[in-house]
Amino acid sequence: MTGKQPFEAVVAAHGATVLRVCRAVLGPADADDAWSEAFLAAMKAYPGLPADANVEAWLVTIAHRKAIDVTRAAARRAVPLAEIPGAGVAADDDGAGLDGDLAAALTSLPARQKQAVAYHYLAGLPYAEVAAILGGTADAARRAAADGIAKLRRSDPGARVRSKR
Amino acid sequence: MNTDELADEMARDLTRTFPATPGELSRLHDQLAAAAERDGILDVAYRTIDSPVGSLLLAATEQGLIRVAYASEGHEAVLQALATRISPRILHAPGRLEAAARELGEYFAGHRRRFDLPLDLRLSAGFRRTVLSHLPEIGYGRTASYASVAQLAGHPKAVRAVGTACATNPLPVVVPCHRVVRSDGRMGGYLGGLDAKRTLLSLEAAA
Repeated sequence: MTGKQPFEAVVAAHGATVLRVCRAVLGPADADDAWSEAFLAAMKAYPGLPADANVEAWLVTIAHRKAIDVTRAAARRAVPLAEIPGAGVAADDDGAGLDGDLAAALTSLPARQKQAVAYHYLAGLPYAEVAAILGGTADAARRAAADGIAKLRRSDPGARVRSKR
Repeated sequence: MNTDELADEMARDLTRTFPATPGELSRLHDQLAAAAERDGILDVAYRTIDSPVGSLLLAATEQGLIRVAYASEGHEAVLQALATRISPRILHAPGRLEAAARELGEYFAGHRRRFDLPLDLRLSAGFRRTVLSHLPEIGYGRTASYASVAQLAGHPKAVRAVGTACATNPLPVVVPCHRVVRSDGRMGGYLGGLDAKRTLLSLEAAA
């Protein structure tokens, strides 16, 4: 009997990927909270996870839900600030410390495209798994990612040059 | 460039753009361990310590110390066995093992003669558990034969079973199976290897 790995091994194997995904989807300010809440919820549920489950897809699914919670909470907090002229400028600094252009371009994508890009290209999930997380078909998930990537290439001069080679 | 190469390049660019450094992950891991402890879902916490008998793995449930393991047992294998037998909700979380690590440190320095730690004896059952519960009666710096331990445990003829109980002791050093030796004066076996047994017995003889 081999049984399930210790949760420590799950954190070691997937912690970095889930953190990157949270950062891509949420920006650096809220990513840590989403990561922490996702791994705590995952650890709670871990004994009941089927032994043959795709652990990374399961973790990204939980992180996706936590990211939505964090976004909603941030939106509620942001309501009073929105009335202050110029308050939105601070949000633009979220990309600081990251590789600026691509991070900013990703942040500006519609949520669904951003998520499809992050889950497929960063987490390496197949489109069927991405669709299971986002809802809709695998083809729709593929189109959302393709539309997102096309916009990223238009906004990133480096990528535009590379794609002409 | 074909589509696959472009996809790989995009994956690389995104990975570079959204870093996750070992320092950040280590901080998040420690916060997770603290939150799991607070929420009562850290079923097994573990850490390792350096000692004169090599690296020792210490693992504890909420009830107490459940496992001490020598490097020769394979710490990864021991953690996997704990995941299967106790719970897979296991994290490296030194906080819960603070008292155990301190007392073992004092023991190896020759400053402690008995351990005062809550123990979780779930990994040992039946007669083996009875044997283990009698081992602390063999005082520090002394030895007892397998036969006399069988007597202590109330089954004078179960000498071989005492040997098995010692060989499968989940809490070596803390539950002193190293003090059990053969009646002809030779050391007998030891789950941590004979060198470890010799080291512990001479440490106790010298202190």
